Amino acid sequence: MRELALNILDIAENSLAAGAKRIEILVSADFERDRCVIEIRDDGCGMDAEMLARVTDPFTTTRTTRKVGMGIPLFKFSAESAGGSFTIRSKKGKGTEVRAEYQISHVDRMPLGDFGGVVLQLVTMNPGVDFLIRAENGECSGKLDTCEVREILGENISFTLPEVRAFLKEYIQENLVEIFGGRL
Amino acid sequence: MKSLEELRALREKMKSQTDNRSVAGSDETVIKVGMATCGIAAGARPVLDALLDEADKRHLHNVSISQTGCIGMCRLEPIVEIFKDGQKYTYVHMTAEKARKVMNDHVVNGNPCKEFLVGEN
Repeated sequence: MRELALNILDIAENSLAAGAKRIEILVSADFERDRCVIEIRDDGCGMDAEMLARVTDPFTTTRTTRKVGMGIPLFKFSAESAGGSFTIRSKKGKGTEVRAEYQISHVDRMPLGDFGGVVLQLVTMNPGVDFLIRAENGECSGKLDTCEVREILGENISFTLPEVRAFLKEYIQENLVEIFGGRL
Repeated sequence: MKSLEELRALREKMKSQTDNRSVAGSDETVIKVGMATCGIAAGARPVLDALLDEADKRHLHNVSISQTGCIGMCRLEPIVEIFKDGQKYTYVHMTAEKARKVMNDHVVNGNPCKEFLVGEN
């Protein structure tokens, strides 16, 4: 993984696998304080305390094909090796919240990467799941709430139609450029 | 900057078009891209983007592209599975360029790209 965006995608895939109906992703940068926070919150099936304690161990996974699961350990490592921290909270039946904090100027901080592409992929490839994506830099912020989009478009128009996809792609990119403008 | 208001205009435009698109025949091709940690780390996202892009460009309405979890052969990722004509084809070690070739040769023209299939190399 060479991009934070790919880590976000990976964690969000976990949320989808946990049967989440609503996933909230926040990328918040504070350039003055040199900190950046990434949060992924879902209302999926969650974990019990025992699983939660083991989940940052690469030799823990829910997969049955093998005994290795690298998603969360990699995300944790990305934060802790870049002057930041990592926390995960979860309640069985309620959902999970993953939070990673970074020092923006740290030499080992991965670039954010194609976050717009990840967002587009998540919202268009997962009908039936609501997403709230927020990006902020302390001064301005932007959000994409698929409930809002769905309300405007109506039930019958799929997000995957080329015209809708093209609109969403531009909407996401323009907002992200405005907010982060290549600084992450 | 684009606003969500523009979506309203888009909706009016789309209304007339939805009817002829919603019907997918039995000749539908299903494409799945492995999108677990292993796939993502190996570069599955550019592959998926390339597939979607080709489908858009060629207006392939009988092709459904989706993502799936770990397919189980992590060292062969990125993996693309194509279900076509009652058969399953597993393409391994994919790249965006290979994905475009598969889209062109296999999905559109019906000739599987044997050199990219699992077990061929």
